[in-house]
Amino acid sequence: MTSIKTSLGRRSFLKVSVLSSGGLMLGFNSLLSCTAKTEKEVQALPKEWFELNGYLKIGENGVVSIMSPNPEGGQNVKTSMPMIVAEELDVAWENVIVEQAPLNTAAFSRQFIGGSQAIRQGWKTLRMAGATARQMLREAAAQTWQVSAEEITTAGGVLYHKNSGKSAGYGEMASAAAKIEVPEEVKLKDKKDFKIIGTSQKNVDGKKIVTGKPLFGMDIYREGMLYAMIVHPPAFGMKLKSVDDTAARAMPGIKDIFTVKSMEDDYERLFFDTCTFPEVVAVIGTGTWEVMNAKKELKIEWEPFSEHTISRDAFGQKQTITIPSGLESTATHLSKMAEMKDKQVTVARKDGNPEEAFKNAAQIIERTYTAPFLAHNCMEPMNFFAHVTPEKAELAGPLQKPELTEKTLAARLGMPVEKIDIQMTRLGGGFGRRSYAHFLLEAALISQKVEAPVKLIYSREDDMTSGIYRPAYSATYRAALDEQNNLIAFHVKAGGIPESPLEENRFPAGAVDNYLAEEWTINSNLTTGSFRAPRSNFMGAVEQSFLDEVAEAAGKDPIEFRLELLDRAAKNPVGENNDYDPGRYAGVLQLVREKSDWNSPVTGVHRGVSAYFCHNSYVAQVIDLTLEKDKPVIERVCCAVDCGIVVNPDAATNLAEGAIVDGIGNALFGAMTFKEGVPEKNNFHNYRMIRHGEAPKSIDVHFAQNDLDPTGMGEPTFPPALSALANALYKASGKRYYHQPFMAEIPSEG
Amino acid sequence: MATINLSINGNKYVVDADPKTPLLWVLRDKLNLSGTKYGCGIAQCGACTILLDGDAVRSCQLAVSVVENKKITTIEGLSENGDHPIQKAWLEYDVPQCGYCQAGQIMSAVSLLERNPKPTDEEIDSAMNGNLCRCGAYVRIKAAIKSASNSI
Repeated sequence: MTSIKTSLGRRSFLKVSVLSSGGLMLGFNSLLSCTAKTEKEVQALPKEWFELNGYLKIGENGVVSIMSPNPEGGQNVKTSMPMIVAEELDVAWENVIVEQAPLNTAAFSRQFIGGSQAIRQGWKTLRMAGATARQMLREAAAQTWQVSAEEITTAGGVLYHKNSGKSAGYGEMASAAAKIEVPEEVKLKDKKDFKIIGTSQKNVDGKKIVTGKPLFGMDIYREGMLYAMIVHPPAFGMKLKSVDDTAARAMPGIKDIFTVKSMEDDYERLFFDTCTFPEVVAVIGTGTWEVMNAKKELKIEWEPFSEHTISRDAFGQKQTITIPSGLESTATHLSKMAEMKDKQVTVARKDGNPEEAFKNAAQIIERTYTAPFLAHNCMEPMNFFAHVTPEKAELAGPLQKPELTEKTLAARLGMPVEKIDIQMTRLGGGFGRRSYAHFLLEAALISQKVEAPVKLIYSREDDMTSGIYRPAYSATYRAALDEQNNLIAFHVKAGGIPESPLEENRFPAGAVDNYLAEEWTINSNLTTGSFRAPRSNFMGAVEQSFLDEVAEAAGKDPIEFRLELLDRAAKNPVGENNDYDPGRYAGVLQLVREKSDWNSPVTGVHRGVSAYFCHNSYVAQVIDLTLEKDKPVIERVCCAVDCGIVVNPDAATNLAEGAIVDGIGNALFGAMTFKEGVPEKNNFHNYRMIRHGEAPKSIDVHFAQNDLDPTGMGEPTFPPALSALANALYKASGKRYYHQPFMAEIPSEG
Repeated sequence: MATINLSINGNKYVVDADPKTPLLWVLRDKLNLSGTKYGCGIAQCGACTILLDGDAVRSCQLAVSVVENKKITTIEGLSENGDHPIQKAWLEYDVPQCGYCQAGQIMSAVSLLERNPKPTDEEIDSAMNGNLCRCGAYVRIKAAIKSASNSI
């Protein structure tokens, strides 16, 4: 057993409470008019709860309620995180109900979605929460039975004392346990004794989802609530000049129209305060349809803005960011990026003497790749509920980084954080977009002005055309082979608008004697930000395509070629900062080789492989495709993942399946283009998304078996899908795909 | 504004609404039946799918005046206890990720199986192609439809 120092506050924020109405006491549910409990809750709700720490409370009947600290957006953390607590508490999962925790930074750590870190960074705390409570229950039983706590064992929510034959359910001891001091140190279970972790458990909200219960921000309803929408500049590079709302105000159901400035010009922004259009027009009315109609009657003049700066505090680092003026177009972006190939740029890493090695090469392969801006297109458009009064600000909705947003809102409203309450609803997708919460600020300011509860909704068009897009990227790769087809030098020069995607210490850094990684950026007034596997979603997509081509030039099997390089990186690594473990990397390649029957090719089936490391996890994929009248049909995707211990295997598999479909979809179709600052796509009729008929026919996911602490899952399974697809398409068509989306170059998809 | 009689999930409702209001917004804003989702407003994503006299239709493109006295079924009325074979299959395969599109997926699947209880893979693709799932749960959706197909 491992011992762990505890750091949980005593009854950190909840009071031991008696439920009078039988309903859940906390959270989002209280905002909804027709909350329904699951069957389990109805049957099992206890009369009294005893809170042992902020993460859990136990009812007198043995039912355990566990808080899920993080927002849920489809990663299934609302099931997986409480499973970890339940494991150490040693209760039967059937007796657990899960509640979404409120935002409470004092009680919970890292309440946000991002970086695929929920399970990895929550792992110790969640185990500790369960183990601490278990220890308090043992102490309580020991005091009651007058025996030593060391002699008390637990199993499935029952305490046992072998020598006396006594036993008691957790519910019977919960009252006494709540009075025990929180132990300073507890023992954690041996991983081999896990009973819940490693088993597949169903989504705790599954029943609510399939019966249409209100779970999402969009579903919030409050008596007297008004509906609000925004009108934003039609182009990036423009701002509001004047508003004539005479006709719009006369429309039925319209309560008010005014401009909202979510961020003042001199406001020092936090890192996730990216704001698409700081000033928008808000239309408020009694229903969404009424507001949609009134929006069309607004007469608004827009004007180009001048170059200006914004100040930013990026986690302590003070920055001044220049926002250039101008109306940007995709054609210009592409030519500007192409020019960077021959310019002198910033060297991020250099090993050996790459210039010399390229001079001496028997063969040089050089390829340039591009990828466009991407819109997140969460199925649930951006929205937020706000009710701001002079006394308090009550907010609820889908948000990835509520603990950061709280500070921003406090600054904007001039209200202390203590008076702000942000409830986390289920997110109808996040993918990075909901890390940026300007819509929450807008909702709060609108509610403050109209002095009423307000639900702000972005139309799909607003959502898509005021994006915080995935940046556009380009990279030029060069590889040098000697006469024996050994890779003697590797050069990557990567950049983007407005950020560089380069990860200079990732594979094949460390595996090549002569290595050069360079980067550049091009400034822009388009707003960009996190998108599933930021930067990796490009680097993993193109580097693994390039390596496929290099392997072919070297006359080697693409898996064998990568394994040889990884072997070199393991035995005799070049440089010191390589950020991957070559053994685990090779492990997923070997696993995917075995599971995909890589060595048994089938006539007519074209296969591509890819492997990438990001967000602390290793993923390899093999895509099998066939051609039906020149149209690619993805028969199978075989995926191998090393993310350490897998808490909830079926949920992790589901997430990997989704990431693979997402990767294939974005590789084939994903693109946001601009003309004179105007986003050229504004809804799903012109922004192509992958649909049922284009999804793989089957996906199988295999996990490396080890006892390592868990790492990321939501993001690392995404980047390899793009390159495995490019490599499989090459095998099918003989054509390499260098520019996303590939659809443009596949006649049958165009 | 007009007074409109609606029959939804076996219940009668009388609503005051602009006759051109899409059924979607009447359901969501006026009747608080929020299981039917807004996704695009132009019948391109399927999140707002409901059954109209048994057929899957996009409620965002359906003026409330034209559905007067027709039989409307939303996700809330699909079954009493969430035990429609499609709902059970969705739970068995643990289909949802974020879950936002799933009501629409389920309603399209119900309509498909009512018309065609044993659809082929191609027929499933064709019937479901109008329902986007941004999380990419397509493989599970298909598996769940096939499972439900075998159970009815």
